[in-house]
Amino acid sequence: MAQLNMVQAINQALSEEMARDDRVVLLGEDVGRDGGVFRVTEGLQDRFGTERVIDTPLSESAIMGAAIGMAAYGLRPVPEIQFMGFTYSAFEQLFAHAARIRSRSRGRFSCPMVVRTPYGGGIKAPELHEESTEAIFCHSPGLKVVVPSGPYTAKGLLLAALRDPDPVLFLEPTRLYRMLREEVPEGEYVVELGRARVARAGSAVTVIAWGSMLERVLKSLGDVDAEVIDLLTLNPFDIEAVIGSVKKTGRAVIVHEAVRTCGFGAEIAATIAEEAMLYLRAPILRVTAPDVPVPLAKLIEQYLPNSKQIQAALEEVMQY
Amino acid sequence: MSDELLASFEVRRLSILNEFGDVDQALMPQLSDADMLRMYEAMVLARIFDERAVALQREGRLGTYPPITGQEAAQIGSAFAFSAADWIFPSFRETGVHLLLGYPIPQLLQYWTGDERAQKVPERLNIFPFCVSVGSQIPHAVGAALAARYRRDPIAVITYFGDGATSKGDFHEGFNMAGVFRLPVVFICQNNQWAISVPLKNQTASASLAQKAIAYGFEGLQVDGNDVFAVYRATRQALDKARSGGGPTFIECLTYRMADHTTADDAGRYRSAEEVAAWRARDPILRLERFLASRGLWSPEKGSEVKARLTAIIDAAVQEMEAMPPPGPAELFEGTLATLSPRQAEQRKVR
Repeated sequence: MAQLNMVQAINQALSEEMARDDRVVLLGEDVGRDGGVFRVTEGLQDRFGTERVIDTPLSESAIMGAAIGMAAYGLRPVPEIQFMGFTYSAFEQLFAHAARIRSRSRGRFSCPMVVRTPYGGGIKAPELHEESTEAIFCHSPGLKVVVPSGPYTAKGLLLAALRDPDPVLFLEPTRLYRMLREEVPEGEYVVELGRARVARAGSAVTVIAWGSMLERVLKSLGDVDAEVIDLLTLNPFDIEAVIGSVKKTGRAVIVHEAVRTCGFGAEIAATIAEEAMLYLRAPILRVTAPDVPVPLAKLIEQYLPNSKQIQAALEEVMQY
Repeated sequence: MSDELLASFEVRRLSILNEFGDVDQALMPQLSDADMLRMYEAMVLARIFDERAVALQREGRLGTYPPITGQEAAQIGSAFAFSAADWIFPSFRETGVHLLLGYPIPQLLQYWTGDERAQKVPERLNIFPFCVSVGSQIPHAVGAALAARYRRDPIAVITYFGDGATSKGDFHEGFNMAGVFRLPVVFICQNNQWAISVPLKNQTASASLAQKAIAYGFEGLQVDGNDVFAVYRATRQALDKARSGGGPTFIECLTYRMADHTTADDAGRYRSAEEVAAWRARDPILRLERFLASRGLWSPEKGSEVKARLTAIIDAAVQEMEAMPPPGPAELFEGTLATLSPRQAEQRKVR
């Protein structure tokens, strides 16, 4: 098995699936000749041709809209939106159409596509290049939202997403693209959508995180006997795994890099309150970014949740 | 250094059948008497459907409905040129297209009662569901054309939209992408001159909508949208061009929305009765009847016979629609995802 970073793992997943299934077609800005701005699609146009790795005009709504038409026609398009902040231009297509066409047509048409987009802060990029607005997309019942936390889960989740019959928003944590290396098997394996993973077993407190925050959480536990749940799929999220763990530990801390108000942590906290309130020994805490726009590089570390804040939350719940 | 002409362009306008029922023989497309009578009956059927739908809404038997009266030639003339394998991406005001292509009439009515089940398009028809969000269907057509070309399917993709849609971003993005990739798409604008209360002159400063295509690198033409022969001829040519690799075409059908925007609208608030009356005189059905009469194919008696026969079809469809059982609460969840999430499955159980 090879040690791969996340860029290589995603590239391998795309490459293997394109070789296996001629319905898989990539499209987006700079994905072909340039291999994508993060080089995630490097070499794929050379291997599969310009009809399967399509360099489009700078046109997010048409990229998303065209992918919907391609999916309806029977392909499995993989539109790339260069940065999460640019999905806003394509929001109507994603919300009004991709997520509703199966329901609207009562199954006559569907939208099996995977929208890939880098998300998250900490890469010293310009404004709107470091967004983490995943909760908005979870507010659509017809759209799955998936966030890998490392190279292994990235490949397995992407293969699962590419075979899913419904649209999947696949958020790639930009900060981790080349930070982590893991053993990634060549060939097929899938990480099932809708299932969380226990990243670390423990019994005193449940910490729930996803994407880029997982790495930070794992580094911040100290000697706390924490069980860390890597959510992996946000919509639909693995309620059973979260509730099961919280019932066991009696404490819950949720960590996300998105702003607090209406962040996805709110949904998790509400679900815990509904389903495991009587098992709780401490208030449910959230460690999140403050309710401000994502700042530029100079202030990004003041914005992103850090180890100190995570440790403080753990200490607080452990006092009960 | 220079100061030279970089580009110049021309935009053509096609009309074949005038208000008096006269045709330009040189431009007349190849159509048999039977074809022309089929066109006529389809237009009359669309008109009867439309009038009935409005009446049913007034009686509380249908929800909000967007009438097409006045736009029958633009719809029947274009759809008459389609092949069965072509894909169609409509907006929500193309009832005539649906009727001509054989969408089940009770099912069309069912949709306007507010029943989503009606958009389960029959397998034999490649018509996408209605698109309520104006203009956002345009990129879908572009994507389907990309997919068809990838599959080497010799088909064309058609999308319909109104004059209001030409002000939207997806019009630009879709047209641009179709031009760049030279895709087999025929863009059909039913320019009915009113986007609810906003007249065309407040929608664009352009002398025509057709000329917008030039900037995207393909042909745009305007046709008399109340002239079924001109619409048919232009669409036929555009489809042949698309199927043979000639790229996209934009057809602006200049027509008029003779009725309100929807049954929830009152057009009397923003446009004059004189304007509407002037366009009633240009009714696309009226001029076709005059032409058919001059060929010995139509008479007032024949017209009454056709109308009675088609009215009976609509009567039967209304009956069939009203006999449909209402959707049950579990239908709420139908098609949300291929497999409902555990939470959705729980919610479905308690409904």
